[in-house]
Amino acid sequence: MSPPRAPEGAPPFLPSTSLDPTMTSAQEHGGDVRLTGISKTYGSFTAVRPLDLTVPQGSFFALLGASGCGKTTTLRMIAGLEEPSSGTVHLGEQDVTALPPYKRPVNTVFQSYALFPHLDIFENVAFGLRRRGIKSVKGQVGEMLDLVQLGEQARKKPHQLSGGQQQRVAVARALINHPKVLLLDEPLGALDLKLRRQMQLELKRIQTEVGITFIHVTHDQEEAMTMADQVAVMNAGRVEQLGAPADLYENPRTTFVANFLGTSNFIAAEIAGRSGDDLTLKAGDGKLTLPAERCTAPTTTGGKVILGVRPEKISLTHADDAGQIPEGRNRITGRIADSSFIGVSTQYVVHSPVCDAFEVYAQNIERDTRLVPGVDVVLHWNPAHTFGLDAAQDIEAGVEKVEEDASA
Amino acid sequence: MAAFFRWLSGKFVVIAGLLTLAYLLLPNVVVTVFSFNKPKGRFNYAWQDFSLDAWKDPCGVADMCGSLSLSLQIAAWATIGATVLGTMIAFALVRYRFRARGAVSSLIFLPMAMPEVVMAASLLTLFLNMGAQLGFWTILIAHIMFCLSFVVTAVKARVMSMDPRLEQAAQDLYAGPVQTFVRVTLPIAAPGIAAGALLAFALSFDDFIITNFNAGSTVTFPMFVWGSAQRGTPVQINVIGTAMFLVAVVLVLGGMIVSKRRNKQSA
Repeated sequence: MSPPRAPEGAPPFLPSTSLDPTMTSAQEHGGDVRLTGISKTYGSFTAVRPLDLTVPQGSFFALLGASGCGKTTTLRMIAGLEEPSSGTVHLGEQDVTALPPYKRPVNTVFQSYALFPHLDIFENVAFGLRRRGIKSVKGQVGEMLDLVQLGEQARKKPHQLSGGQQQRVAVARALINHPKVLLLDEPLGALDLKLRRQMQLELKRIQTEVGITFIHVTHDQEEAMTMADQVAVMNAGRVEQLGAPADLYENPRTTFVANFLGTSNFIAAEIAGRSGDDLTLKAGDGKLTLPAERCTAPTTTGGKVILGVRPEKISLTHADDAGQIPEGRNRITGRIADSSFIGVSTQYVVHSPVCDAFEVYAQNIERDTRLVPGVDVVLHWNPAHTFGLDAAQDIEAGVEKVEEDASA
Repeated sequence: MAAFFRWLSGKFVVIAGLLTLAYLLLPNVVVTVFSFNKPKGRFNYAWQDFSLDAWKDPCGVADMCGSLSLSLQIAAWATIGATVLGTMIAFALVRYRFRARGAVSSLIFLPMAMPEVVMAASLLTLFLNMGAQLGFWTILIAHIMFCLSFVVTAVKARVMSMDPRLEQAAQDLYAGPVQTFVRVTLPIAAPGIAAGALLAFALSFDDFIITNFNAGSTVTFPMFVWGSAQRGTPVQINVIGTAMFLVAVVLVLGGMIVSKRRNKQSA
């Protein structure tokens, strides 16, 4: 029962949003979480718009989005802590929409953990077992505490543990009940960066070990991409795009996804024609190539599209060496406005006629020392890394809030 | 001299603390010392001789132990009544949004703010108009009334600081509404409830003004002490006072030892 994953060897830029069909046997679907037309409104405010979502059994699934996008509300509706305004929640074949939380085979790791302060670690972990009338809990609790490496701390109170340890208790307390689904509500938000990285690996390890479906809510795109097999990017109460992390990163279908997961450069362009599988685009004076299958906008000649490319796909060449650039690559000219050395890579901001702040990340191998601010350069990249988006959307969508405020 | 002042400024907090403590405890010391007195005449106001007479026969004064037992009973019932009602009010005020919630919240404080004599007199008027027989029940009703606001205040503070996610976590872990309340809500609110209950007991036990107005011919312990002070103060009053003080000290120390041991165990 291996969780469905994106095929790792496949070229990352292939547009494949559905799972490998060979993995979808009927048996594997027996424990899927299925949300059908589920929505939540508070008075006139809509937290979650009617959405359909299927989380395959045994997968590590992330709901990713900025605060207030409805991801936590969705999670709470699965847990039963929030009543949906419409729609149904199915666990496998069972419709659990009307069941109270204490009757659902689902457990939650809460944000800030919500450990019971008056009980010690052992009793916290044993809580679910005892409520279900299981008398001999000692063995199970011991095993579970060993799994999260807290066997020594059984008799301590929650406040005597560090943040990371409390987080592991919260996971143990939920997992001991062998739920069909484990829900994680920003479980790493309260930890510092280093510990968070460590816990990400730890959670991933535990998930692989127990094989239970994990649904993880987070606003941290790196966290979602590191841990999850499948990520649903949520925005303003709806799922913007769903897919494997690499797929979402390489083939964003909206500017929101393109900006929220990593950084993207955008060029406004017009479709000039088509040659074979490629579209020829006109941007400013230059011509650029875009594989037709990587364009989510209508591909009629004369139509406007937003062309996107990730900063790390781009090579920088000094204008003097422009002749050495191989044929068939997309190229635009510009002038370096800023460069910052950050160790593994150097990040350049390039002014160009088609885009005034083009970001380029260059690995620090064989650095061209002539590439300093003020120098004319040619930017070029493999057309296969280009993606095309519908022009009728906000280019700034999904850009981090701080930057929005700064530009306002 | 300068060195002395430096020493003094270094120890200032300690000295001030000790002086305040002495100021607080001095009356208790006097009460205890005079419980071993063998006064000449009816008044126990001047030190004469050491004696254990009063300790050997604490109920030797007519009617005193009867009034003491009555006061303890009233205090116990008033504590139970005020704690149960007050805890429910506190939960309602914190957890639910209902009409006139704000008004209720402020009205609850009224008994704390109102002069006790005024409240006592109005209660008496009320009881007389209702034709109620003054005695145990009128005292109890009055005590529950004025203890309520203190319990509500203590419990409310605790419930407000409680993370609602704890109860959600309990529900998520298969605890139904009753189990959630008994296993999680109540234990976490317990310190607030206990504080309210202790306060209620102490307030009820030594209340004099309101009790005096509404007791009819019933005599509680504070009323007995007040009454006997006119005619003479038996040493036994000091014995009871000292005993109460000791019980309180033992309870506090016991609580501290238990919690310390619990912490050590888990450490």
